[in-house]
Amino acid sequence: MSELFSLAGDNLLSPIILSFALGLFAALARSDLSIPEAVAKGLSIYLLFAIGFKGGASVADYGFDARLGFSLLAGVILSALLPLIAFALLRLMTGLSRLDAAAVAAHYGSISIVTFVAATSVLEGRGISSEGYMVAVAAAMEAPAILSALWLVTRGSGGDGRGMDSKLMREIMLNGSIVLLVGAFVIGWATGEDGLAEISSFIVAPFKGVLCLFLLDMGLVAGRGLRGGSGILRPGVLAFGVLMPLIGSGFGLAVGAMLGLSLGGVALLMVLSASASYIAVPAAMRVALPEANPSIYLTLSLGVTFPFNLTLGIPLYIAIAQTVIGG
Amino acid sequence: MQTHRAKRVEITIEAVMQSRLTEALQKAGVKGYTILPVYGGSGRSGEWNRSGQISRAHGMVQVICIIREERLDAMLEAAFAVVERHIGVVSVVDCNVLRAERF
Repeated sequence: MSELFSLAGDNLLSPIILSFALGLFAALARSDLSIPEAVAKGLSIYLLFAIGFKGGASVADYGFDARLGFSLLAGVILSALLPLIAFALLRLMTGLSRLDAAAVAAHYGSISIVTFVAATSVLEGRGISSEGYMVAVAAAMEAPAILSALWLVTRGSGGDGRGMDSKLMREIMLNGSIVLLVGAFVIGWATGEDGLAEISSFIVAPFKGVLCLFLLDMGLVAGRGLRGGSGILRPGVLAFGVLMPLIGSGFGLAVGAMLGLSLGGVALLMVLSASASYIAVPAAMRVALPEANPSIYLTLSLGVTFPFNLTLGIPLYIAIAQTVIGG
Repeated sequence: MQTHRAKRVEITIEAVMQSRLTEALQKAGVKGYTILPVYGGSGRSGEWNRSGQISRAHGMVQVICIIREERLDAMLEAAFAVVERHIGVVSVVDCNVLRAERF
């Protein structure tokens, strides 16, 4: 327990979390602080490229094994399964309609890549290594949850035309974040440690500083979302935003342990299973389920679950993984 | 100078629907359109501002096209099929253009 408090304390006082807190405070206090849209986009491109490249270089160094394939498969299954649990929980705990519950559930099966990046940064800071291919697992977990949510809706409505057309499927599978993450992973894998050494002064040394600025922006966005959407956060909905990550992380822990992943790998799978999407899935929901209320799913995933995972969730998942896996 | 009557159609819609809308407009015979970013606004779905969004997926755009009056109904039907279930506004105003053959 003391290890958990120590980890949580270190995490809360890290520049990354304090930057996020600054953004959150500024938005809630109605400050005019803002990160220009193009700068925020540039920061996210940098982070996705850096994390993908480093993951690929790590795999090149370590090599492929059967566990990689099983981990990808497990990621897909987790992403497809978690929305079903989230949906049942939402129907039980909240008064959300079937449509809104399915839309929210999709977010909780998919992942937040920023939470993943923050978790890798915390692990690196504590000297805990992880499988480089977890980046690929993160990419594999983006889309299946969307299919599960659409299935939940069409099953309930008897199939009224809502669903996935080929254009939407292409937009999801080839969205910029996935292409960049997987592309950088492949470049990192192809060029290996030599390639990483060539550009490490760009993608390794400044990484945490860039992450701080990006999380400052995320804090601003989360704060604005909370300010605007606080009216829809009834106690049941709010409780779901904290409970579901804990349930998801439990599944991540069980699957990671079954796969025989390292301590860092298990912790990252827990983080992925606990996190909720706020980029890819909301866009897909606006196209496929436009009647679902975006204020509910965006406020929950960005205003409740993201800050929870960032501040308390990540140290908690690492501590639990350390207790179960050892190390 | 000689001018010709035409219709100016302004469609404010979610950015994620932009390509679907412009494809439908082209199929309906629209020869050209202009797309503008929307900074923010307020309506039935509440207040909205571009700076509060984390990606273009949550933004809005405005698609403007000018067409001949006789093409208006077909164009509106095509547009409505796309925007019907989504947040947005469709408005039509009279206008005059100098070169009618372009519309």
